[in-house]
Amino acid sequence: MSRIEDTRVSSPIPARAGVGLKPEHYSEILETRPAVGWFEVHAENYMGAGGAPHHYLTAIREHYPLSVHGVGLSIGADAALDLNHLAALKQVCDRYEPSLVSEHLAWSTHDGVYLNDLLPVPYNAETQARVCEHIDQVQETLGRPMLLENPSTYVRFEGSDMSELEFLRGIVERTGCGLLLDVNNVHVSATNHAYDAVAYIDAFPHEHVGEIHLGGHADDEGDDGEPLLIDDHGSAVADIVWGLYAHTISCCGPVPTLIEWDNDVPEWRVLMEEATQADAVLSKPVLRHVAAE
Amino acid sequence: MSRLSETQTGFAHAVRNADAAVPEGVVSHLRDKPRKRFGIYRNNVYVSLINVLEGRFPVVARLLGEEFFKATARVFVEHHPPASPVLMRYGGAFPEFLETFEPVSDLPWLPDVARLEWAWNLAYHAADRDPISPEALATIDPASADSLVFELHSAVQVVRSPYPVVTIWSENSKDREPGQIDAGAGGEDGLIVRPGIAVDVRHLPPGGAAFITALSERKTLGSAAERALAEDESFDLQANLGGLIGSGAVVALETA
Repeated sequence: MSRIEDTRVSSPIPARAGVGLKPEHYSEILETRPAVGWFEVHAENYMGAGGAPHHYLTAIREHYPLSVHGVGLSIGADAALDLNHLAALKQVCDRYEPSLVSEHLAWSTHDGVYLNDLLPVPYNAETQARVCEHIDQVQETLGRPMLLENPSTYVRFEGSDMSELEFLRGIVERTGCGLLLDVNNVHVSATNHAYDAVAYIDAFPHEHVGEIHLGGHADDEGDDGEPLLIDDHGSAVADIVWGLYAHTISCCGPVPTLIEWDNDVPEWRVLMEEATQADAVLSKPVLRHVAAE
Repeated sequence: MSRLSETQTGFAHAVRNADAAVPEGVVSHLRDKPRKRFGIYRNNVYVSLINVLEGRFPVVARLLGEEFFKATARVFVEHHPPASPVLMRYGGAFPEFLETFEPVSDLPWLPDVARLEWAWNLAYHAADRDPISPEALATIDPASADSLVFELHSAVQVVRSPYPVVTIWSENSKDREPGQIDAGAGGEDGLIVRPGIAVDVRHLPPGGAAFITALSERKTLGSAAERALAEDESFDLQANLGGLIGSGAVVALETA
């Protein structure tokens, strides 16, 4: 699918750090106009008719590029996409003209019930075909390509017969979508399933990465006392994830990078420090091919 | 049924039911059916939805205390899971659920407090409209005033209660300790409005609720006033009309 250029998008997302926009920070952002590259919002929080969320996002959008991140489309569900929800997503995109639109490789709706989590899918040809149909439908409806995010997972399926990377590559080839590489998710999933996060990043299709996410996780233990990490977006980015991020940038080159902090949201200053740290990695001289040679 | 559909049906069932076994085919690298790992999904679903309810019903949560509220919300989530991923719409059935939830039956005013908080949420997200200004009253021709029909802002709601619901809500919406409230002090009616982006909750005078409800049903000003007077003979039309328009509840005046 060729890239559909939208001439109304006056400010593409720069290859800098952005921050997930939270209502707690609306006023401070408008008053102080922090030097952050862009903001990202969860589409579902702007599907109401009016009021404060739209008031503030409209004002902030005038000053910053925007990315829209869906959390409820349930692209990985076997069931058909919810057309009302897809229409609502289109409405948010039409209204705010985001430079990037992304969703998750996950499912969350089943039999008319919304399970408010990003649930895992088995990696096989059947699931892949279903996900591709759904992504085609999303891209046709929105009239633009979307980015698909790699998940953090806690279990695997016996029914999986391909790796996550094979699964994602096939989707990119068949739908022309881009990828949102969540580096924290890579660390979480690699730890939880005992594989090498660096090797995963090395083998990731770098040329299709349109955005990176960085967030916090919590430490736990699995059923057999093994290390288990939980992707909770409730703390600072861990040092080990910063290291993996620097490696990722050396592979992909500079890519717009989001600081995601959705629970126990801290003061703006804390998010700004995280964004500054990401910007420092992004602006380092590019050593991208050194590791490979 | 496709294999994927079968997998997801089993997964969803086990996520929603705490006693269910880990579904067939779910594994970790170390074992089949890892119960603790699977429990993370179950926990994420419940805890996140309970947190949504806690944010939506902060006064109910304060009145019940955190632990009791979370236990109550968990039972609600079990029986009334959200149908939509747009979670700003979740919780409309909570007030009615509280009516029938035995552990809170000794707090008969609690469902009405929840109704007020739900109305607040609806008002917060209601469509934007500019209200008419109080000066518009002066332009009304007294001869035709009775036949006026009011268009109210979509945020406007009335919550009526046999308990002092507005006082309970406002005392418990502040950062400080609430003052003493006599739950048997008589009923209160609340008006929820949102003229700009800030939601406002007002205590309605006698007859006010009947008056606004009639106007919202597109009754003429004359018949709305009659209905209010029939309910309470101390109803003051001038004061109620001024209060309603002054609160930003009216977006247009039309002649019937």
